[in-house]
Amino acid sequence: MTGFYTLFYKEILRFWKVSFQTVAAPVLTSLLYLLVFAHVLDAHVEPYPGVRYTAFLIPGLAMMTMLQNAFANTSSSLIQSKITGNIVYILLPPLSHLEFFGAYVLAAMIRGLVVGAGVFVAALFFAKPAFAYPLWIIAFALLGSMIMAILGIIAGIWAEKFDQLAAFQNFLIMPLTFLSGVFYSIHSLPPFWQKVSHANPVFYLIDGFRYGFFGASDASPWLSLAIAGGCCLLLALYTLQLLRSGYKLRH
Amino acid sequence: MSVAIDFAGVSKLYGDFRALDNVSFQVNEGDFFALLGPNGAGKTTLISILGGLNRASSGTTRVMGFDVQANYRQARRAVGIVPQELVFDPFFTVRETLTFQSGYFGIRKNDDWIDEILANLGLTEKANSNMRALSGGMKRRVMVAQALVHRPPVIVLDEPTAGVDVALRQTLWAFIRRLNSDGHTIVLTTHYLEEAEELCNRIAMLKQGNLIALEDKSRMLGRGKARSLVLRLQPRELPASLQDRLISQRDDGSFELRLPDCGALEGILAELKLAGISVRDIEVAKPDLEDIFLDMMQTPQPASPT
Repeated sequence: MTGFYTLFYKEILRFWKVSFQTVAAPVLTSLLYLLVFAHVLDAHVEPYPGVRYTAFLIPGLAMMTMLQNAFANTSSSLIQSKITGNIVYILLPPLSHLEFFGAYVLAAMIRGLVVGAGVFVAALFFAKPAFAYPLWIIAFALLGSMIMAILGIIAGIWAEKFDQLAAFQNFLIMPLTFLSGVFYSIHSLPPFWQKVSHANPVFYLIDGFRYGFFGASDASPWLSLAIAGGCCLLLALYTLQLLRSGYKLRH
Repeated sequence: MSVAIDFAGVSKLYGDFRALDNVSFQVNEGDFFALLGPNGAGKTTLISILGGLNRASSGTTRVMGFDVQANYRQARRAVGIVPQELVFDPFFTVRETLTFQSGYFGIRKNDDWIDEILANLGLTEKANSNMRALSGGMKRRVMVAQALVHRPPVIVLDEPTAGVDVALRQTLWAFIRRLNSDGHTIVLTTHYLEEAEELCNRIAMLKQGNLIALEDKSRMLGRGKARSLVLRLQPRELPASLQDRLISQRDDGSFELRLPDCGALEGILAELKLAGISVRDIEVAKPDLEDIFLDMMQTPQPASPT
């Protein structure tokens, strides 16, 4: 347990020591989105009956920021360790693949949740969303940050150079999160794009998360939970297998 | 004497390239062991297999009786490795680095031992400096410290003094010698053959992934070229009775003679006195590890290990 706890604490400290960049910056970015979009759209769009656009946007932005930061934590930590070579100091000790997985994922989830909470608290100055079902909120926050933390491990192990990681981030993670319904209800889309959105797992994370606030959503929260949970389980099993086999880490 | 490290038929293939070819040898407990070989001989690959960073294509490796794959937890606790590349985590201070490293090995509250390592490596004043702020030599010291936090019975140093100043070499070797006399087994790879010659009691040589020699240092130094005797004589001539010992006459007029053992020296001097030739200068040349090393590396086919 000491090994796991130490690695977990090291990963926490790693982002916390540069929290201006890893926590404050993403919160500010989200607030800028909120300011601009709320200013332009608040008077014109009512995504759900009786729900202001600004209030609608807040959970989406919080979730998006959470997802991006959970991904960034594991992936950047691993690629930096690999490129600088200090990953050997994680690989030489008697840490099991489970300890490795648990420590990295948990620390990344905490960064995601801290940043998400930061966005949420700051956004309360602009609008107050309801809290219809807090348990759904918590469930999707945990699942979402966990999925992205795991994806970050996969990307961090797979990528050999920073540009490969950037490609993963810019061509996969960014489109999936931007086109998941963060800024709009997918009911406002043409039928074809609604169908496409339903194939995006991140959509279910945001939709389910939003259900926790407003009690209204595009898909059933149970369906969202099943899909997110299933994705999370598959990714976790796949990543544990990668770590156990030493893929790209132990040659 | 019990075995600290046991390589049994270890091979490593990268595609078609054979980095290690059926390497087998043992390092005994308490040894100060040198692993020599030119670049690309497979030294670092072998050490990486020992530490679990690489996986052998075939063969088994045990540390203190534990298989590095099947019993990786015990095996990794038994060995401390100082990697060849200068690596560090720029986010942390020296003390944080060492505290984390202890934690990874399951050790809490290791401060007393960490303080002792820091003092022995001349790092005490740098304990709270960020790793980024340290010079290359200081970073190297921290790497040595990181390999020692869990008090491993086996310590492996992969070219620890490459590009390091004299002060560190002396501090480092004094400390490593003390650890060795306390019972730790030391394995060293180095390009500085005089270090191996001075410090180690047993030597293995690798060449192109093959083990070409494994011997006690004294035996290795005793083979190959014999000693030779260099004499500057007045007058510059060699008595006929000594002609069969002559290896060569040097440009400066001195004679190099074969000297199978030191006892032969007396006879040679007696012959010279008899011939009325006086000795102006005398020098006994011992073969060093470097000669033997170069000699073996130039031998075309690998010899079977002894």
